[in-house]
Parts: sequence; structure tokens; C-alpha cells
Amino acid sequence: MNMEEYRGVWVFIEQRNGELVDVGLELLGAGRDLADKLEVDLCGILLGHNVKDRAKDLFEYGADKVYVIDDPILELYRTETYMKAVGDLVRKYKPEIFLYGATANGKDLASAVATEVMTGLTADTTLLDVNLDKRLFEASRPAFGGNIMATILCKKHRPQMATVRPKVMKKADPQPGREGELIEESISVQEENLKTKVIDIVRDTNKAVNLEEADIIVAAGKGIKDEKGWKMVEELADVLNATVGASRDVVEMGICGHEHQVGQTGATVTPKLYIAIGISGAVQHVVGMQNSELIIAINTDPDAAIFNASHYGVVADAFEIVPLLTEEFRKVLQSGAEEGGVAHV
Amino acid sequence: MSEKFDVIVVGAGPAGTSCAYTAAKNGLKVLLIERGEFPGAKNVMGGILYRKQMEEIIPEFWKEAPLERPVVEQRFWFMDKESMVTTSYKGLEWAQEPYNNFTVLRAKFDKWFADKAVEQGALLINETVVTECIVEDEKVVGVRTDRPDGEIYADVVVLADGVNSLLAKKLGFHKEWKPEEVALTVMEVMKMPKGSINERFNVEDNQGVSVEIFGESTKGALGTAFLYTNKDSINIGVGTTLSGMIKKKMKPHQLLEELKSHPMIKPYLEGAETLEYLAHLIPEGGYNSIPKLVGDGVMVIGDAAQLVNAIHREGSNMAMASGKMAAETILKAKELGEFTERNLDSYRTDLYDSFIGKDLKKYKDAAHTFEEHPVYFEQYVPLMNRAMSTMFTVDGTAKWDKQKKIMNSFTAGRGKLGVAKDLYRAWRVVK
Amino acid sequence: MNILVCIKQVPDTKIIKINPKTNTLDRSSAPAILNPYDAHAVQEAVRLKEVHGGKVTVLSMGPPQAKVAIKKCVEIGADEGYLISDRRFAGADTLATSYALYKAIQKLMDEQGIDLVLCGKHAIDGDTGQVGPGIARRMEIPPLTNVIKVEEVDLKEKRMKVRRKIEDGYELIQSELPCLLTVEKEINDVAYSPLPNMIKAARYNPIVWTVDDLDDVDIKQLGLKGSPTIVGKMWPPEKSAGAEMIDGDVKKQAKALVEHMLEKRELFEVKGGEKV
Ligand SMILES: Cc1cc2nc3c(=O)[nH]c(=O)nc-3n(C[C@H](O)[C@H](O)[C@H](O)COP(=O)(O)OP(=O)(O)OC[C@H]3O[C@@H](n4cnc5c(N)ncnc54)[C@H](O)[C@@H]3O)c2cc1C
Ligand SMILES: Cc1cc2nc3c(=O)[nH]c(=O)nc-3n(C[C@H](O)[C@H](O)[C@H](O)COP(=O)(O)OP(=O)(O)OC[C@H]3O[C@@H](n4cnc5c(N)ncnc54)[C@H](O)[C@@H]3O)c2cc1C
Ligand SMILES: Nc1ncnc2c1ncn2[C@@H]1O[C@H](COP(=O)(O)O)[C@@H](O)[C@H]1O
Repeated sequence: MNMEEYRGVWVFIEQRNGELVDVGLELLGAGRDLADKLEVDLCGILLGHNVKDRAKDLFEYGADKVYVIDDPILELYRTETYMKAVGDLVRKYKPEIFLYGATANGKDLASAVATEVMTGLTADTTLLDVNLDKRLFEASRPAFGGNIMATILCKKHRPQMATVRPKVMKKADPQPGREGELIEESISVQEENLKTKVIDIVRDTNKAVNLEEADIIVAAGKGIKDEKGWKMVEELADVLNATVGASRDVVEMGICGHEHQVGQTGATVTPKLYIAIGISGAVQHVVGMQNSELIIAINTDPDAAIFNASHYGVVADAFEIVPLLTEEFRKVLQSGAEEGGVAHV
Repeated sequence: MSEKFDVIVVGAGPAGTSCAYTAAKNGLKVLLIERGEFPGAKNVMGGILYRKQMEEIIPEFWKEAPLERPVVEQRFWFMDKESMVTTSYKGLEWAQEPYNNFTVLRAKFDKWFADKAVEQGALLINETVVTECIVEDEKVVGVRTDRPDGEIYADVVVLADGVNSLLAKKLGFHKEWKPEEVALTVMEVMKMPKGSINERFNVEDNQGVSVEIFGESTKGALGTAFLYTNKDSINIGVGTTLSGMIKKKMKPHQLLEELKSHPMIKPYLEGAETLEYLAHLIPEGGYNSIPKLVGDGVMVIGDAAQLVNAIHREGSNMAMASGKMAAETILKAKELGEFTERNLDSYRTDLYDSFIGKDLKKYKDAAHTFEEHPVYFEQYVPLMNRAMSTMFTVDGTAKWDKQKKIMNSFTAGRGKLGVAKDLYRAWRVVK
Repeated sequence: MNILVCIKQVPDTKIIKINPKTNTLDRSSAPAILNPYDAHAVQEAVRLKEVHGGKVTVLSMGPPQAKVAIKKCVEIGADEGYLISDRRFAGADTLATSYALYKAIQKLMDEQGIDLVLCGKHAIDGDTGQVGPGIARRMEIPPLTNVIKVEEVDLKEKRMKVRRKIEDGYELIQSELPCLLTVEKEINDVAYSPLPNMIKAARYNPIVWTVDDLDDVDIKQLGLKGSPTIVGKMWPPEKSAGAEMIDGDVKKQAKALVEHMLEKRELFEVKGGEKV
């Protein structure tokens, strides 16, 4: 393998129903930094049907080039078609770094492509950098249930690939009118030669619990004790327009379903605001929420580990403070609406 | 009908594993059933493992077993609120093979020991609770577990399920233990660097200390506290009879907290970090509480049979010895071809003839006496402390006068005769 | 229907400790367990076998102790277990792991035929979820990842339908057999194993293969040598300075919290409040 031939930073742009998934844009933001450091192009890889138009968004978010394959066969994600298409692009254009969002399909695709082109792939990274001396991609990720961070290198194979957790990287501010080069490619597979077929997609749009994409999460732990406590938390969530999360213990007590669970064996979440109520802060829980932007914890135990993972904490009985919070916040929202401003900040 | 074994042993503690080991080694088809995630997972012991009985099962086990430290010094502390009288024996002969006894962590030791039984051919299954014995025609023929299709049969079922032995109770072998027949003990394993242990207890790397603590440690209730050194942790615990706790309205963990912050103890624990908190019952009814031990197709061993010498804190060794005896009896019964109560009864007689029966008989009234007469723990320990203090405080008083004062303090309230009686009674029960 | 399940023994990350000096895993501190997702995969295989007949075989790559995890699978109901264990496998990343497992699967395929391969969604130690799709690519069968339900198996037509979990719902996908599924926990509850299985497992001795037992192996693709990725460095995650604690009575605390929440004002429809 002649590694010199491999140049450029690529980002796989996931789309659902023709809509760009946020993580792709976030990765353009992160990829831009890497590409600037390496002085190479940042390229978006966009597959689908009737998606070509979206390329201009990608330029605005920082892509220099966009490779598009627009074909009905690619309308819905399937490993076999996408792997083939992406594999061919990699072989033809030889990128040195290739990023994918760590979504269900992003991970699926990256894993298949890595084997297809026989290269290394680092999963679920949260920190990206390059070592310019060695021209090496440094992809770092939490390992062993979040107990440790590890940097993974891929020295002798190209491209150097990584999946990146959603909501960890920042989108760049779009630059309206920014342009780039659009490169159209095609795929040569026939439907009748394919082994899989997507029969239906059930989008649970009003799914109550979409923790991964929530901006605000109010999470309940065993400290809320029972259904009554859960109700109380739901009320707060309601006022905040937040999604309700839970620790595993609450799920196991049967108070709510597994779809609410945050943590190692539940959802990994990165909301802008995370309010932990009566959660002790076991490492399995914390790994699932520690990348939230602002974390507030409420616990009766001043030594609860959750405070180590939080920005603000109160030692208080949830049953006293949560209703107060709900009420107080309701007031703020109303007064905001009426007076056109927030009273005291 | 599902598979049949020669022996089913319920409980992979020291008693059950000893029995399974011995039976399997002698060619019997053995099933050892443990409810914990693995043997030892939930088992609790202050931590002194006696060499002798273990050695009789696995010679030179210390070369291989996960032991903490051989004990080279046994200390006794008679503690008052701000003082203590101590006595100890330290002997370096105990630092060498074959050693005297060891500190152990049961989670490691029991697992290792059970693996040894497996090596001998016993089948071990974990995470399975035996819910009752299957009785047919008044004979125990197997056990029922909490698992689907959970019945399994054997010629003999050995109950080694520990102090509560619900299984023996269900068979009507014993009643619910009375509060004075069991001690509730709580303990913590605390992490402490090797160096600190060596320094604080004045020992070298492979030397351990056991400390038994009386008096203030139990607020005068019948019981003791202990402090044992492991490799890089210590075990500290305290227990009293359940009746003592009830009488004094004490909460066990509160007792332990107070012990840990006692001025005589605290310096030893400086910087130590709690790894585990454990609570467990110890059967202390002794000789008089031993239940029915043998029935048709069933035997009871170890704590389940109340085989603990409370005065000397011996339990695991009796558990092992009883397990071995039970296995040997089964082998004999197998030759006779029947596992009736009669054919298994030699286990009971052997047990009573052994050190277990003899020791338990010797101390049979001890616990009872101390429980009835709280004066020993409530008053004599503080008195001892004051006596020492009086004697050794140099204040210009003649020693002769001091002795008189001390004697007076002992007899005040109880009278000379009372003290004499107390002493005689104590001597009688432990003689 | 012959089902092969790839299973891995992993350290229980709940109890794991990191040696602060070397920043490496203190393996002795954490008991090894069967990867929880793999337990669900085995359970699903057993369930499918109960409906469609056939046999459940498990396969693992790892040190000799990994036999314990295989025995656990026998408790759940697997019929047979193979461990590929050899120093030459050691140090494998996901690419080298999928290669080694693939080589073993090929051999099993020749010996007994395989209609379906199951994997866990990911292993809780490495947390990558890459091995399953890697194996599928090598076997040239479709990978169906994040499966939450098997809807239908049609052995005559040689195809199956499953539900794949995606971010905003699920998709119903049909695939030819053989294919490979990686399963989520929702797919089933791992049943409390029946006693006969426990006894069978206690007795069971997994079959162990070394590299030499496999056919046409390219040694260069195995273990450390065959792994494109290496761990550069490890460090403990930044401990946050800890929370700023808010004192005072509950009312005061509640007020203060609301203010801090409003640091994220853009999240709330506080009209008129300037966007930050
Ligand atoms: C393999 C594995 C995977 C796991 N995965 C996950 C996972 O994905 N997610 C997860 O959450 N856990 C997971 N766990 C479990 C985890 O280890 C903890 O057991 C769990 O997170 C604890 O939940 P909790 O904080 O709600 O309960 P607890 O630990 O019981 O804590 C309750 C807290 O509430 C506080 N409290 C009590 N009363 C009040 C009150 N009135 N007001 C305010 N505070 C109060 C208490 O002080 C305490 O801190 C996993 C465990 C294992 C072994
Ligand atoms: C705090 C404390 C300190 C002690 N200190 C010492 C000491 O220093 N030295 C000493 O020699 N002795 C000591 N002892 C006593 C000693 O621990 C016991 O005598 C000994 O453990 C008895 O062994 P066993 O096998 O009979 O019972 P256990 O060790 O209690 O084992 C019983 C086993 O049966 C299992 N089991 C129970 N019920 C079921 C069921 N229904 N189905 C399946 N499995 C079941 C349990 O999980 C357990 O593994 C101490 C005890 C305590 C509590
Ligand atoms: N060493 C291994 N042996 C067998 N199966 C494995 C091994 N490593 C990974 N797997 C399988 O691949 C899945 C995903 O693992 P990973 O890609 O490491 O997260 C696991 O749930 C297993 O089914």
C-alpha cells in the first residue's frame, strides 16, 4: 500500500428520507479542522435517491468536495449496496481519513467497509486529532465502560477510519453561498442480485422517548422511589419540554420501560441539559450521560458520585425540590411570555 | 425421572465443599448446588481459617490456596471507653510451615476450594437455590430447586446450607433459632496498603495478627469484636447475640461505626477505605442447640447443624470436619447398600465423639451463663481497666493501698461473695 | 436450522479497576462474564431452534478461561461450543478477530452447515460492534445489525424477516439465508436456565481449536500482526472538578437551579429572552 496516494478527509453524510442527519454536519465541522491541519480537501460522501441537491448544504457547512451517488437503489440504507458504493469510492479516490456518525447505520456501514477495504476502524470516538509529524490520525474514545480513554492509531493502513458519537462534535456555522466541487458517481448493482430488501420503515415520530436526540433530559433514579415520584419527574419534564430518562434500577423496578434507560446498557445521550434526580451516579450510568453540556444533579446524599459528574448540584429531597422547580420554571416561562423578558438572570 | 446422583450437597461453604470433595475423591457421583453467583460470593467470615481440619482434606493446601496471612500473633483487648487492657501471644514458629492458622477472604477461598472439589469430579452448579428436599415415603430422595425442571434425585442429600438452614427446618429437624442462639455479626473489609498494615501491627509481609476485642466494643452485650489483617486489607467486625442486640436496642451497623471511631481503634484504621460491608448470623447455641443431624437419606453439617464454638470463634473448621465425616459415612452406607437413618447414624456418633462434640459440650453453658449474667461484659471489663489505671498511675499512693482500693471497687455492689460466685461460674463454664 | 452464535468473554465493566500507574486494565479486579448481548443472542438462537429445529453452536475466540463463558451458553441451551485459542490470535483488533472467527466458521460450515449466524450488538469491553458486520462481509452474507425482533423465518424459501432498530423507529428488512444478525437486548429476556441445562453445562467441555486446526489460515492476518489499529495511549478520563453545590433552603436552591438552567436559554421558549 502506498500511503502517499491517500489524501483528503472524508465524511459519510447520512440521510433519512432525504433529510441530512445532524451528525454528518457535525463531522464536517470536526473534519474541517483535520483537513486544515493536513492541508487537504474535506469531502462529503452522499448516497441516496434525489439527494443531489443537498450537496450545496454540505458546501455551506465546510465541504470542499461532495461525492454523490444518486440512484433509486440507494434510496433506503442497505449494507450491501452502501458498502459496495462506498468501497468503490474509497478504492478510486483514496482518502486518508474517513469519518462516519456512530448511528445504527453509520456503524453498520463503517464496519462493513473496513472489512471490505481491509483497514482499521475505531468505534465511537469522542476526540479527534492529527499528529502532523507522523501524519497520523489520532482517534480517541472511552473504553471499558468509560473508565478510561484510549487513543487508537492506524499506522499502516489507509484510510484511517472512525465512527464518531453524535452530538460530540460541533457543526460549523454555515456560510451561505459557499461553493465546492460536486462529483457524481454511479453504482452498478441490480436489484435482483441483492440479498436484502427493506420492506417497511416504521418511523416512530411521536415516539415519546428519543433520548439520543433529545436536547433536554430529566432523568429519574431510584431516589424517586415509585410511580408517584416518576409522575413528579414527568411533570417537570413536561414544563421543560424535556424527554424523561431513567437509571437502570428504575427500569428494573418496572416503573418505566427500557427505552428510557440511560447508560452503558441503555442510551448514550448528549443533550444540552441533563437533570439527574435521585441518581447515585454509578459509572455505568455516568458513561451514558457525561458528555451532556450542562448537568444538574439533585440528591439527598452529599457524597453521591453523581455530583462529581455534574456542573451544579443540590443536596435536597427530590420530593420537595422537584415540584418547586416545576412551579418556578412554569412561572419563568409565563412571565417571559408576558413581559417579554426573563426577570432575573 | 431426571438424573440421579449418589450425593447432592446443598451449599458450597466450607462444610458442603469438604463433603463434596471427600465424596467425589472416593468415586461418588456428587452434585454440589450453590445459590451464590459462585461459591463464596456471599459468604462471610471474620477470617480465621484453622490449618488442621483443612489439611486433613487437602494436605499442604497452604502452598496453593488463596490465603491472606498466617497468623503469628493473637491479641486480646479488654476495652473500656478510653482505655484497654491487652494481652497477646506472638510466636514466630507460626510464621513457618505448617503454620497455625490463616486469615482468609472467603470470596476467594471458597471459590478455590470448590474448584478443587470439581477437580475431584464433583459437579458444581451456581446461582441455583434449593427450595426444599423431596420426601417420598418419609425418605429424602432428592431436592427441588428454583429452576425450571428443577428436581433432582440422589441417594443422600447433605444439607450444608449455613446458619439458617431453612431446609433442615422444613424437614422438622429444628425450630426457628431463638434470638439467644444466634449472633448477628457485621463486618467490613477495609483496604489498607501492605506497608501500613505491617507498620501498625508490627509484622512483616507474610505475617498476620488477629485481635479479639471485648467490653466496650459490644457495649457490654454478650459478644466480641475482631480485627484481622489480610494482605492489603483488614477485616473489622462486631457481633452480639441477637437477644443482646434486642435487649440493648442496638443497631448492628451503629455498633460497628462506634467501634471504628473508638479512640483505641481509630488510629489503626487511618486512611483505610471500606471495600465491602457484610452482615451474617453465627449459630451460637452450641451443644444444646444441635438439631437432628441424620434422617433417611439426609444429613446436616456445618453451621446448619449449629457447629460453632462461639468462645473460640471456631466454625469453618468444624464445618469442614463435619463435612468430611458425613462423606465418609456415606461411603460406608454405600457399601451397606442402603442410606437409611440407621446406616447414616455413625456420622452423628462420630461427630459427638470428635473434638466437635467434646468442645461444644465443654462450653455448652458458657453462652447461656454470660447472657444471663451480663456483669462479665458490662462490669468486669471496665473494672479491669480502672484497676490497671489505678495500679499504674504514679500518684504517690502506696501500692498496697491501691490494691485495696481495686479490690473494693470489684466487690462494691456485688460483695465479696458475689464476685467469688461470678468467678466460679465463669470458670465452670469455660473450664 | 443450524445456528452459530459468536460469543465473547468480557471483564465485567461494572467492577473493573484501572491501574492508576500504568493506566491499564487490572484484569484480576474484574470477574469475567459472558458479554450480556451475547447471552441474548444465544437465547434467541435457542428460541429459534425450539421453533424450527436444528442445533445451536457457539464459537468464541479467547484465552482458555473463556470456556467458562461457553459453558454459560450451554446453560442457556446451546448444544455445543468451540473455543479458538492460540497465542497467535492474541492482540487482535476487530479486523483480525473477524478473520479468525470467519476461518473457524468456514470449518464448521463445511462440517455441519450453518443457516444463520448471531452476534451481540457489541461487546461491553471493546464496545465496537464491528466484529459482526466484519464476519458477514467475509462470509459474503448480509449483516442485519441492531435486531430487536425476528419476525419470520421461512426455511423453505431460505429467507427471514427481522426488525432493525434505528434512531427514530425500526425498519422491517428481509434477507436471504444465511445471514448474520447482531442483536439488541430488547430482542428477548434471557430465561432462567432449567436445571438439566445447568447440569449439562457443569459437565460440558468445550472443544478447543488452535490455529493449526483451521484450514488455509493466513497467519499474517491474525492477532497483533493482522490488526491495523493499535492503542496509542490510555489515560483516565478527565475528572470534572465536581459540581458547584448550591446551599440554602429548598426554595433558594430551586430558584438558583432555575437560573442555572437558563444558562441554556436557547432551549426554552422564553419569549423575548435574547438568544445566546
Ligand atoms: C453490566 C451493567 C450495566 C449497567 N448498565 C446501566 C445503565 O445502562 N444505566 C444505569 O443507569 N445503570 C446501569 N447499571 C446499574 C448501575 O450500576 C447502578 O446500579 C444504577 O445506575 C443505580 O441506579 P440509581 O442511581 O437510580 O439507584 P441507586 O444507586 O440506588 O441511587 C439512588 C440515589 O437516590 C438518592 N435519593 C434517595 N432518596 C432521594 C430523594 N428523596 N431525593 C433525592 N435523592 C434521593 C440516593 O442518595 C442515591 O444516591 C449497570 C450495571 C451493570 C452491572
Ligand atoms: C462475622 C463472622 C466471623 C466468623 N469468624 C470465623 C473465624 O474467624 N473462623 C472460623 O472458623 N469461623 C468463623 N465464623 C464461622 C464460619 O463462617 C462458619 O462456621 C462457616 O462458614 C460454616 O460453614 P458452612 O459451610 O456450614 O456454612 P456457610 O459458609 O454459611 O455456607 C453455606 C452455603 O450454602 C449456600 N446456601 C444456603 N442456602 C442455600 C440453598 N437453599 N440452596 C443453595 N445453596 C444455599 C450459601 O450460599 C453458602 O455458600 C464466622 C462467622 C461470621 C458470620
Ligand atoms: N473474541 C470473540 N469471540 C467470539 N465472538 C466475538 C469476539 N469478539 C466479538 N465477538 C462477537 O462480536 C460481537 C461484537 O463485538 P465487538 O465488535 O467487539 O463489540 C460480540 O457481541 C460477539 O458476538
